[in-house]
Amino acid sequence: MKLTKLAMLATTALLAAGAAMAEGKVKVGMITTLSGGGAGLGIDARDGFMLALKLSGSDAVEVVIEDDQQKPEIAVQLADKMIQAENVDVLTGIIWSNLAMAVVPSAVAQDKIYLSVNAGPSALAGKGCHPNYFNVAWQNDNLHEAAGAHATKAGYAKTFILAPNYPAGTDALTGFKRFYKGELAGEIYTTLGQTDYAAEIAQIRASGADSVFFFLPGGMGISFMKQYADSGVGLPVVGPAFSFDQGILQAVGAAALGVVNTSQWGKDLDNEANKTFVAAFQQEYGRLPSLYASQGYDTANLLLSAVGKADIGDKAAFRAALKEADFASTRGDFKFGTNNHPVQDIYVREVIQEGDIFTNKIIGVALEDHVDAYAVECKM
Amino acid sequence: MTFLLFAEQMLNGLQFGIMLFLMAAGLTLVFGVMGLINLAHGSLYMIGAFAAAAVAGATGSFVLALMASLAAAAAAGALIELTVIRRLYKRDHLDQVLATFALILILSEGTRWVFGSFPLYLDVPSYLSGPVTLPGGIQYPLYRLAIILAGLLVAGGLFALIARTRIGIQIRAGEADREMIAALGIDISRLYTLVFALGAALAGLAGALVGAIQSVQVGMGEPVLILAFVVIVIGGIGSIKGALVGALLVGMTDTMGGVLLPRFFALFMDPSAATTIGASLGSMLIYILMAAVLIVRPSGLYGSA
Repeated sequence: MKLTKLAMLATTALLAAGAAMAEGKVKVGMITTLSGGGAGLGIDARDGFMLALKLSGSDAVEVVIEDDQQKPEIAVQLADKMIQAENVDVLTGIIWSNLAMAVVPSAVAQDKIYLSVNAGPSALAGKGCHPNYFNVAWQNDNLHEAAGAHATKAGYAKTFILAPNYPAGTDALTGFKRFYKGELAGEIYTTLGQTDYAAEIAQIRASGADSVFFFLPGGMGISFMKQYADSGVGLPVVGPAFSFDQGILQAVGAAALGVVNTSQWGKDLDNEANKTFVAAFQQEYGRLPSLYASQGYDTANLLLSAVGKADIGDKAAFRAALKEADFASTRGDFKFGTNNHPVQDIYVREVIQEGDIFTNKIIGVALEDHVDAYAVECKM
Repeated sequence: MTFLLFAEQMLNGLQFGIMLFLMAAGLTLVFGVMGLINLAHGSLYMIGAFAAAAVAGATGSFVLALMASLAAAAAAGALIELTVIRRLYKRDHLDQVLATFALILILSEGTRWVFGSFPLYLDVPSYLSGPVTLPGGIQYPLYRLAIILAGLLVAGGLFALIARTRIGIQIRAGEADREMIAALGIDISRLYTLVFALGAALAGLAGALVGAIQSVQVGMGEPVLILAFVVIVIGGIGSIKGALVGALLVGMTDTMGGVLLPRFFALFMDPSAATTIGASLGSMLIYILMAAVLIVRPSGLYGSA
């Protein structure tokens, strides 16, 4: 009798301890690009994410970080390892859409939560949407749609558009054309990773265009802007923030001054969360944050808000807590649409110089409370 | 297509070809003289660009930056030859590919360790920036003309070096029969180090020249390296003349193909399909060219079979 009682007591105690552990801790697997040419983006997203955890002072989230080298097959291996060996509850961190397409569908099917810090391929926003998949950044087309809306508002009637020949590039031009009402002076798909744009610039010069829209992320954009400025073509340029983020502006230099670009975030957005974020990021890492850093920061804060409300063991409750998006975003208001993608304002920014530093200043709003075009196809 | 656009595109093709020649010349020398496949050639191009960006940032002088790129790439080349490459001459090509691929990873991560993960700033000097108007009314960036000129000077210097100097004779002899020239009392290992450093310096110069109008970042050398291999295969391995002709062919084909093919398809297709198909085929064109050349001349245009 006494023994049974003791055993029962012990069991209860053990159960309670087990429950406490499950309630307290969430294990996050972060797969992101930390080496190779695209490392700047992943490092910023990771630093933003880790900064938010540090500022929260909470030890409820444990993070495992791995480098995907911007290769889909490596990202898949890492995801398998994290799910099977490390037993993570939440995955996050992937920058590139092709990597996200390789990892996300299988991870969410295994009942893991995936929080996207960057990639937002259309396939995961529409028919392929999933209750376990939350995108904290944007759907891929969004910033390009905003650029199209801005070009229309600015009165451009003959825009020349170009993007690399890969899925996100076609998405970009489709997004731009969805909101652009003028006619096209020309449309070019360049090779992915191309570094010389002399031939394209010559065509822009000969086309009689009144403006240029381009989506050339990372190093491609640096090359294009420098060569474009040097060519003396001089037409106004519109682009998404990806070619004008804080990480690459210093490399483009004065060639980018005055260029208008669209972004869901800017370092001068006037809200408390953003001021805290920008100041803390500069203090912690000694550089200005980029939009990727802001996305990482928001992702971590979203996760922390859900951890405070629900237990990760109860997936339905945890998903509901995530969906409330009850956290102070660097973007000000933040909410999820029906397909778990953000419904948000997209701003127009201009590249300016502050002392020795090139950075962006918000000059207007391109689209308000923008919902992506694929949300209607999502049945969830 | 107007004459102006056509002429500008021809110049673009020429400039691209010249830039490829600077890369391919070093690669073909090393392959021809030492029989070595050096995948790390693109890393030397990157080292040149980073050295130039660092020196230009510190001193503000573009000329000093170019000299730094030559010196840094040559020094890195000599160091790599002495420590790693030297052990590979007697091995087969698979070992060489593996070892030099490892060098790519080491040099890329080493560069990131020193310079950080974000692209560096290197700009065209003010006296070479902006467009000039050429006879016929063609507007063309002055800096690209300067690249064409610099490339032609280097090509001339290289031909003179190979054809007229004692070192050149040794290099050609080394290509033909390495045992024999060693037997004649020439220090073959010193010659190899020299040739490797020379090839590295040329790659470094190309990196610095191109870095000013492109992005100076880790991994910038690998896309160019692939094209440089296409060039030396077309031109014939080991031939400087072949590298020049091959580089110009590839430069012209790539530029003109990318421009003309979408227009050609637009004649009988709707515009967006024409641009997509034209762009895809345009980027394949140089490989088609390579295949065609290999069918007619299996050892390349100027290769010794």
